[in-house]
Amino acid sequence: MDDVMLNQFLILAAILFSTGVYGVLAKKNAILVLMSIELILNAVNINLVAFGAHNGTIAGSVFALFVIAVAAAEVGVGLAIVLLIYRNRHSVDLDDVAQMKG
Amino acid sequence: MTGYAAFAAETVEAGWFLEHAYLVPLIMAASFAITLAIGKRLGKHASWIGVAAIGTCFLFAIVANVQWNSYVTDSEHAAEAEADSHAEEGTTDEDAPAEEHSLVAPIAPGESAAPAQEDDHSEEPAAEGDEEHAPAAEGEEEHAEEFEVVPVTQTWTWWTNGDVEFEAGMLLDGMAVMMLFVVTLISLLVHVFSTDYVAGDRRYTHYFAFLSLFSAAMLGFVMAQNTLQLITMWELVGVCSFALIGHWWEEKPNSDAALKAFLTNRVGDVGLLVGMITLFFAADQTFDIVEINTLANDGAITHTALVVSSLCLLAAVMSKSGQFILHTWLPDAMAGPTPVSALIHAATMVVAGVFMVARMYGVFWNGLVIGGSSVNALAVVGGVTVLGGAGLAFVQSDIKKVLAYSTISQLGYMVMALGVGAWTAALFHLFTHAFFKAGLFLGAGSVAHSVHSFDMKKDMGGMYRFMPKTAWTFFICTGALIGIFPLAGFWSKDEILAGADQLGSGYSVFMIVGTIGAFMTAAYMTRLIYLTFFGEYRGGHHEVEQGRADADEHELEDAMDHGDHAEHHGDPHESGNRILVPLYILATLAVVAGFTNLPDTGALSFIPKGLALRFEHLFEPKGAYFPSFGAVEGAFSHPEFSWQIAVGSSLVGLLGIALAYAWFFKGLGPHGITQRSRLARAGHTFLVEKYYLDHLYTGIIAGGIKGPIAKGANWFNKHVLDGAVDGVGKSAVVGGQFVYNTIDQKLVDGIVDGSGVTAEGGGEVFRQMQTGKVQQYAAILFVASVVLAGTFIIVI
Repeated sequence: MDDVMLNQFLILAAILFSTGVYGVLAKKNAILVLMSIELILNAVNINLVAFGAHNGTIAGSVFALFVIAVAAAEVGVGLAIVLLIYRNRHSVDLDDVAQMKG
Repeated sequence: MTGYAAFAAETVEAGWFLEHAYLVPLIMAASFAITLAIGKRLGKHASWIGVAAIGTCFLFAIVANVQWNSYVTDSEHAAEAEADSHAEEGTTDEDAPAEEHSLVAPIAPGESAAPAQEDDHSEEPAAEGDEEHAPAAEGEEEHAEEFEVVPVTQTWTWWTNGDVEFEAGMLLDGMAVMMLFVVTLISLLVHVFSTDYVAGDRRYTHYFAFLSLFSAAMLGFVMAQNTLQLITMWELVGVCSFALIGHWWEEKPNSDAALKAFLTNRVGDVGLLVGMITLFFAADQTFDIVEINTLANDGAITHTALVVSSLCLLAAVMSKSGQFILHTWLPDAMAGPTPVSALIHAATMVVAGVFMVARMYGVFWNGLVIGGSSVNALAVVGGVTVLGGAGLAFVQSDIKKVLAYSTISQLGYMVMALGVGAWTAALFHLFTHAFFKAGLFLGAGSVAHSVHSFDMKKDMGGMYRFMPKTAWTFFICTGALIGIFPLAGFWSKDEILAGADQLGSGYSVFMIVGTIGAFMTAAYMTRLIYLTFFGEYRGGHHEVEQGRADADEHELEDAMDHGDHAEHHGDPHESGNRILVPLYILATLAVVAGFTNLPDTGALSFIPKGLALRFEHLFEPKGAYFPSFGAVEGAFSHPEFSWQIAVGSSLVGLLGIALAYAWFFKGLGPHGITQRSRLARAGHTFLVEKYYLDHLYTGIIAGGIKGPIAKGANWFNKHVLDGAVDGVGKSAVVGGQFVYNTIDQKLVDGIVDGSGVTAEGGGEVFRQMQTGKVQQYAAILFVASVVLAGTFIIVI
């Protein structure tokens, strides 16, 4: 893989990452926040795989696999928490969940 | 010579009982433990544990002696075979062929004895590689005993500290085997005697337990392989004597006597420790007795170190073996039960010192230059003790104290003999003395058992009528002590005198001292016999005066035991069999023990070789660790028998008996001179006050310590030490105030309070950030990571 093609992948990943960060910071819906986190993680995955292909090693792909496994676990726990919050408050608006204010 | 002899001896096997003689002290130690553990439950039968143990040990000792006999004979034959093979082959090669020859050489003991004697002078030249049958130019009159007897040893590593290995083990050579026999025999008889003598005592178990431990300690002592073990056993012997002397501790004099024995011994023990430590460092850091002696003989230890250590060890001998001026504990030790006195005086405690000199003889020989031209300290101490002890024996009225001073005097003979180089004579006297002195003490015990007193003047007299059997054994033992031909003491005392005479020059004075000592011995023993066994019976005028704690109980028991002795408080009576049988055995030995070392030189050269000098042949060490062997062999004295000395000392002894007989039995001589003559009275008082030595020790030395010195110490304590302590206390209070007011209240508390205030203020500031909004946190996280990443990029 040459440098031009690597740049395209990196640009794609950067766009995805930025979209994810925007979603995490701006969306009020907890589900959307979780999904935005997935976007961030997958942007990182693209970077890892791209760099791995660029260097001709499989280390990047292996890391990407790990990240996918961790992301699956994370999303499982995150959705469970969201589900419990919804049961208690009938809402998933993150601005309402501010009981930890000091 | 040493080379091939040592090689030859390696082919000689020691018997099982020799190899395992270390079991003997272990058996006695086990007996001690068992008696203490279950003795109370057995009551009267507790003594049988001890008796059985010591009986076993005695049988063990006999077998060991028999095996030692054949071991010595084998060693001799092996050496002869070596010599023969060298003579035949005319070679200096000492290796393989010689070994084969020594193994197959068929030599019958009886037949080969005479030719072997003739061949002996050729031994040395042959070994040195000269012509065979070279003419014996040495002109030695010594016996043909130039073979080496390797001691039977066992060693185990006790513990290791750095490079120094501490070993425990067993060193069994002639003198140890001899002592093994003596100690177990005397101890066995004392055990048996005691079963009657202390029957019904309230601490019966305790008594027998310590009797066992006492034997164990002494047996361990004679077999000690290294000086460390020697010291340990030496101290253990001291502890046991302390416990047994103070057996009836309820009475103050008894516990005082025990303390005195212990403390006096401690004085000498300091010398023992210092001497042994000096030897340890001088001898290249070894505790091994054989090695130390060998090094001393080879001249590998500097003479200064040898002088220092042998003088220090001499102090230990003086306290342990009751040599003059540290002898004062020995007469007081009579406070213990009589069988214990017999054991202490014959076999265990006091001979330990003599045995130690004999054991470390290489050190003493070279350190004090025994055999040199000037008179050495060992002989002087012994000579003074011979006369000093005998003088005190004249004025005692307690039968046991007379015997105690007699022991002191006899120990003086032994030490003197060691001092004049007559090693064998000293050990031989130790051997014979053990039997007749044990016999005398047990005899005195038998008499005292009957009259319940030890005071000859008040409670005895005419005892011959009441207890003829005891009396006869006592007479025989007395005869042996005086040295009447042909009883045991005659031979051993004579050898000592001949040994002193032989060295010549300054040493002749010790021959004269010994002869005077013999005269005094004869006189005071005749006095003792008169006061005890003849004249009017003076006892029976009191009820149990010598109030032993258990006396009443004891008598009751006795009366029940022997129904026929119901009139116990009446006339004295002959003792029972358990007391008499040991007396018979000891009296017999007092007769025959002297024949073990019949001289065969000088006037008695007609005595056949196989009979004469058995003691010397068997028990004298033959090896490089002993001065008689190798380099110093020529100077070592084996005195010749001489008519002049034997007849002279016997006549002097008889004169002593005659004079004392005239004085006491016939009432001749200037009686009452102590009242009339001021000089005689002064002399008498001087003796009664025991040369004022006790006054010196308790009055001046101990009193000096507790008087002015104690006062000075008190003043120092009050003014200097207390002042210092008070000052320290006061400054501590002031310092404490300062610390509390300034440091604690202001500094430390300030820090603590300040940290609280800071935390509170910080909390007020930071709680503003804690909004509870997840996305705000995420934004901060994102910004922070962007900042961090930017920083990294810029920096890197």
